[in-house]
Amino acid sequence: MIVYDKPHALLDVPLHYCPGCTHGIVHKLVAEVIDELGIEGKTIGIAPVGCSVMAYDYFACDMIEAAHGRAPAVATGVKRADPTKVVFTYQGDGDLASIGMAETVHAAARNENITVIFINNAIYGMTGGQMAPTSLVGQVTQTSPYGRDPKLCGYPIKVCELLSELEGPEYLERVTVNSIPHIRAAKKAIKKAFMNQIEGKGFSLVEVVSSCPTNWGMTPQNALKWIEEKMLPYYPLGVYKDRSANAEVQK
Amino acid sequence: MADKVLMKGNEAIAEAAIKAGCRHYFGYPITPQTEVAAYMAKRMPKIGGTFLQAESEIAAINMVYGVASAGLRVMTSSSSPGISLKGEGISYLAGADLPALVVNVQRGGPGLGGIQPSQSDYFQATRGGGHGDYHMIVLAPSSVQEMAELTVKGFELADKYRMTSMILADGTMGQMMEPVSLDFDVAPAPEKPWATTGTGLARKHNIVNSLSLVPEQLEKLNMERFERYAVVKENETMYEEYMMDDAEIAIAAFGIAARVSKNAVKEARKQGIKVGLIRPITLWPFPDAPFKKAATHVKEIISVELSMGQMIEDVRLASECKVKVSLCNRVGGMIPSPEQVLEAVKKANSNGGN
Repeated sequence: MIVYDKPHALLDVPLHYCPGCTHGIVHKLVAEVIDELGIEGKTIGIAPVGCSVMAYDYFACDMIEAAHGRAPAVATGVKRADPTKVVFTYQGDGDLASIGMAETVHAAARNENITVIFINNAIYGMTGGQMAPTSLVGQVTQTSPYGRDPKLCGYPIKVCELLSELEGPEYLERVTVNSIPHIRAAKKAIKKAFMNQIEGKGFSLVEVVSSCPTNWGMTPQNALKWIEEKMLPYYPLGVYKDRSANAEVQK
Repeated sequence: MADKVLMKGNEAIAEAAIKAGCRHYFGYPITPQTEVAAYMAKRMPKIGGTFLQAESEIAAINMVYGVASAGLRVMTSSSSPGISLKGEGISYLAGADLPALVVNVQRGGPGLGGIQPSQSDYFQATRGGGHGDYHMIVLAPSSVQEMAELTVKGFELADKYRMTSMILADGTMGQMMEPVSLDFDVAPAPEKPWATTGTGLARKHNIVNSLSLVPEQLEKLNMERFERYAVVKENETMYEEYMMDDAEIAIAAFGIAARVSKNAVKEARKQGIKVGLIRPITLWPFPDAPFKKAATHVKEIISVELSMGQMIEDVRLASECKVKVSLCNRVGGMIPSPEQVLEAVKKANSNGGN
């Protein structure tokens, strides 16, 4: 009896991610959702620039590698080319909330019928741990060696809250993957974000509060704890917009 | 003869693109090319196409990247400052070997510059414009008819060689009205088995990508790309020669500068001066052959440009410095007059040559 199988939409190749990094978990959740919805053959994924740049080698569906921050614009092109296809982007915080903020906001404002998986780990991982638009106040990084000083570089950006003020987007939810119950909830949100697209409802973004043990300088376990103790108070989990469900914003 | 309609150059580009099968246009307003977007905004919804005003030129070129990845004919248009913003995307298109059409209706620069015609993006266009080793096929129309015809040609060449084609026009070409025939034969787009259209669970996944971290592999990709460029150079170079057979002086000019120069050639011939015109139609690949040939029988080549002298470098390279090459120019949105060009011709004629 098979009790667990690797999802078909995730190729059987070694991932390059660091030990304890949560990218692998989120990749698996996305692939499981693609499997469960039976959409692998008509799905096109857009990889970002950052740690998950090589996501194109990991997902079994057709993949495109976009310029830094431009994935929502590339996804817009792919979706407009053939609206019957399922198009998702997979982006980190530097990609989505810094260099690509304009593309993110405008894709949301247009209610572009795409799915965005947003990995928020409060740091630039690929380049070795620099301050991100989502780095916490006081957080020590390579480019904020004395801790993020809001007088010098402002405050971390809350993407779901910011986008929720727009009329455009259909669905915005923040989840995390630092525990089994949270992973289950994250999968539910990711599935909904894909379902919304299939049903033509529009722009759906799932922000996944994630860990970066390597660049945070922590053990994987402590990194998961840090999510709970430091990140979630500033980035509360919940649904920030769900137009179809007409749900109230939960905080 | 086919019916002709009176159209602005910018509109002719838009209608020709539709005739060429382009159903996706992404743009951002900028003078003097905005008519392309306005025309597309009207036409595309009526023919089941997509017109989308992007949030920036950067977004527009990346939307182009998306549609090109999906294997469809797609275009964007802009003017000089906007083309600089598209530079990143154009480099990525080259790195991923995607076909697309980009229109640059040039205006004076640098910086915000002005809104009047210019040819000062020649270096940017012919050297690629963005980072890395690559080329675009650069087409330079000198009439509204050519605006239309080279647009169709641009799509065909882009598909054939998996490259970006650029229409390098200028403010006059975009704004002037002329009768134009839109009765073209269009080569259908080739099969694109590399496109990301969904695997249908019937094949291995396609990846559109410009990342290549292993130096040996990236070197190989660059080498292969330049082998393809060599074929383009061999097969697709286009130019017009006018009264060059017995010429003792040659003018090199493209676009609006070529039209002005042709008038100057006619007047000079009336005055008994043996002058001809070489008009590059492809700026990349640059037509070396007519200049190499001219260098054997003219005493001077005058490069007439709406820039501080950019094409003149290619003219010197093509004529292998065997003959004097001089510049006759106006910049900042000014256009050389036929009289100015004629004066340059007379001056060359009174010189003894090298």
